[in-house]
Amino acid sequence: MKPEIITGAEITIRSLQEENVEFVFGYPGGAVLNIYDAIHQQTAFKHVLVRHEQAAVHAADAFSRATGKVGVALVTSGPGATNAVTGIATAHMDSIPIVIISGQVPTHAIGSDAFQECDTVGITRPCVKHNFLVKDVNKIASTIKKAFFIASTGRPGPVLVDIPKDITSETAEFIYPKTIEMRSYKPIIKGHSGQIGKAIDLLINAKQPMVYSGGGAVLGDAAKSLTKLIKKLDLPITNTLMGLGGFPASDENFLGMLGMHGTYQANMAMQECDVLLAVGARFDDRVISNPEHFLKNPKKIIHIDIDPASISKRVKIDIPIVGDVDLVLIDLLKAYQEVEKNHNKKLISPWMEKIKNWTDTDCMKYKDDGSVIKPQFVVQKLHEVTKGDAFITSDVGQHQMWAAQYYPFDKPRRWINSGGLGTMGVGLPYAMGCQLAFPESQVACVTGEASIQMCIQELSTCKQYNLPIKIITLNNRYMGMVRQWQEFFYGNRYAESYVDALPDFVKLAESYGHIGMKIEKSSDVEGALQEAFSPKLKERLVFMDFITDQTENVFPMIPSGKGLSEMILAKDE
Amino acid sequence: MRHIISLLMENESGALSRVSGLFSARGYNIESLNVAPTEDPTLSRMTIVTNGSDEVIEQIIKQLNKLIDVVKVLDLNDGRHIERELMIVKVKATNKYRDEVKRISDTFGGRIIETAETTFTIELTGPSSELDDYLASLDKTAIIETVRTGALGIGRGDRILKIQY
Repeated sequence: MKPEIITGAEITIRSLQEENVEFVFGYPGGAVLNIYDAIHQQTAFKHVLVRHEQAAVHAADAFSRATGKVGVALVTSGPGATNAVTGIATAHMDSIPIVIISGQVPTHAIGSDAFQECDTVGITRPCVKHNFLVKDVNKIASTIKKAFFIASTGRPGPVLVDIPKDITSETAEFIYPKTIEMRSYKPIIKGHSGQIGKAIDLLINAKQPMVYSGGGAVLGDAAKSLTKLIKKLDLPITNTLMGLGGFPASDENFLGMLGMHGTYQANMAMQECDVLLAVGARFDDRVISNPEHFLKNPKKIIHIDIDPASISKRVKIDIPIVGDVDLVLIDLLKAYQEVEKNHNKKLISPWMEKIKNWTDTDCMKYKDDGSVIKPQFVVQKLHEVTKGDAFITSDVGQHQMWAAQYYPFDKPRRWINSGGLGTMGVGLPYAMGCQLAFPESQVACVTGEASIQMCIQELSTCKQYNLPIKIITLNNRYMGMVRQWQEFFYGNRYAESYVDALPDFVKLAESYGHIGMKIEKSSDVEGALQEAFSPKLKERLVFMDFITDQTENVFPMIPSGKGLSEMILAKDE
Repeated sequence: MRHIISLLMENESGALSRVSGLFSARGYNIESLNVAPTEDPTLSRMTIVTNGSDEVIEQIIKQLNKLIDVVKVLDLNDGRHIERELMIVKVKATNKYRDEVKRISDTFGGRIIETAETTFTIELTGPSSELDDYLASLDKTAIIETVRTGALGIGRGDRILKIQY
C-alpha cells in the first residue's frame, strides 16, 4: 500500500496516535494553529485545554508519574514555550518521561525576531534530556519516534520537539518507523554479573547493612522486586522523598523517609551503617546532606542506577551497578538464592536492636492540645479517610514535608511531588494529570495558601473536565518553609514570608463552580474530610481551606550543610 | 590535571552548544575546544582541553557520554597519545629583530609564511606547551598578534577513536 500524503500537522497528530497517546495537555496559539486544526478533526486522543502552559507540562508530567507512560504537552512558540520551561525543568530534575511539542515561527522567519519568536531549542537545552528543531516535513514522524524513545528509555526525561509553522502545512508521505536505532544512544540495561555477585557477598556479610531507595526504584517499576529482596534478606530500608511508595511504608522493615526532614532512625542508620545499598537514588544534598560528614563512618557503598553519571557524583561508590533497576534487583535475588544457605541473619541482630532504640525516640510526635488545627493532624486524618489509597500530589514547602511524613504510602506512583526542582504551583496541575489518568480514584492535592496561588487558574480547567480533586490547603498565612528557615537561621526576621491579602478561598472555589469549605476547628477536621470524600461529593472538586497553626515547624530537620546525625528534633515539653 | 578529551558526535546543528553548555552549566573548565567534521561527514570530532581533579574528569567524561548526540568519548590522557596545536603569530620584524625572530623560529621548527616590510608571520605546530615556550622566547613587545587552534590529539598505535559499524 502506498503511504498517504498528508500535512505536517496531520503527521504530528498521527505520530502521537501511533505512540498510543491518550491525553495531550496544551494551549493553542499562532504557530500551532495547523496542529490544532488537525486535532479538531481526530478523536483518538483527548486534548486537555489548560489555562497556562506551565500547567500543561505539569499535568503531562503527573500523568506520566502516575501511569508510567510518556506524558505529552503541546504549546505555541515564544511565550507558550517560555511558560512551559518551569514545567520542563521540573520534569527534568525528577527524570520524568514527557514529550513537549512546541510551535515555532516559520523557517524563513527564524532569527528575524519575528512575532512570538524565541530560541526554544536554545532556552530549553539545559533542562531537557534532548530537543529537536524539525526543519523538514519528511522528518517529523522519525523525530517524534526518537523523542518518545529517548524520553522513555535509559534515565527518562523530557524531550522537546520544536516544529516551525510552515513545516506543519507542507505535505509528505506518512511513514511511522516501527523501531529506532541510534548509534549515539544505547542505554545500558543489564547489570554486570560480577558486580552483582560482589554486592550480594557484601550484603550478607554486613554487620550493619542499610538500604536506601529513591525515585529510580519507582520510575523503574522496581517496587515489587525491591520489596521481595528486602523481605528475603530481611534488611532495614528507607526511601527518599522521591522514592516513597517504592517500599511499603507500613512494612516493619521500613524506617521512614530519610534526609533533611527524614526520621531519626532512617538518618542515624544511614550514617552508621557499614554496608549501604543505594537503589535508584543519587545521594543529593537534601538526602545525605554533607558528603564528608556522611563518610565519617566508614561504609562500603553499592549503587544501582540506570545513569552512569549518577555513580560517584557526590559520594565515591565501591560497587557500581549500572543497569535497569528492576532487572538488577531480579539478578540480585537470583544471586542471593545461590548463597542463601551461608546467610546468617542473626549477624545483624545487635544492629536491628540499635535501630529499634532510635525508632523508640518517636521523632514524629507533635504537640496537639486541640486548640488549633495542627497540619500534621490534617494529613493523618486524610490518610484515614482515604484509607491510605489516594493519589496525593503536593506543592512545595512545609505541607509537602508533612504530607510525605504523615501519609504513609504502600504503593508506588501514588505520591506525586516536585522533589528536585522544588516547584511551587505543581500541586493542582499534578492532581489534574492523576485524576484524568485514574478517573475513579481519589486524588488529593495537599498544598499551602501560597503554593496553590501559583497555578490557581487551573480551577477553571478542573471545572471544564469535571475533575473531582480534593484540595487540602494547610493555610498558615505564611510561606511556611521560608518562615521556618527565617525563625531558625535569620533571627525571626520574617522577610516577605507573610502571605497577606489572601482571597476568600471558599468564594474563590465557588466562583469557579466548585465547592469551598473553611475549617477552623480541630474537631471539625475529620468530619469535613469525610464529607469531601463522601459519595455525595464524588463528582465535585472540593477546595478545603484548613486554618492551621501559624508557627508549626517541620521536624526533624538537618540544617543545610550539617551531617545526617546532626538533626534538630522537636522541642520536648 | 590537564586532560585532552576527544569525542565523536553527530554532525548536527546545535551539537557544539550542547557540549559548551554542559561545561558552563556544571562549572567545568574549558582551556580550548576544537571541532570539525571527520572523514565521515555525518560525524564531527571535537577535542576539548580541560583541567580538573580525577573525580571531576570522570564526571566530565560521563556527562559527555550522556549527551544524546555524542557517539564516543576518549580521554587521551588514559594512554599514550600525540598532541599538536597550530599557531600563527605575527611579530614585529624590523631590522634589528629580523634575524633573531628567524633564528628562534627555526629552533622551534616554525615556518615563516609571510614576510612584510616590518613583520613576519610564522606558522608553528607542536604540543601546546611548546607553542607557549616559543612565545616566551620572543620579545613580548614584538608580538603583534597570535591565533591558535587549541590542542588536537590522537592516540598512539592501536588506540583509536572510531565507531564500529
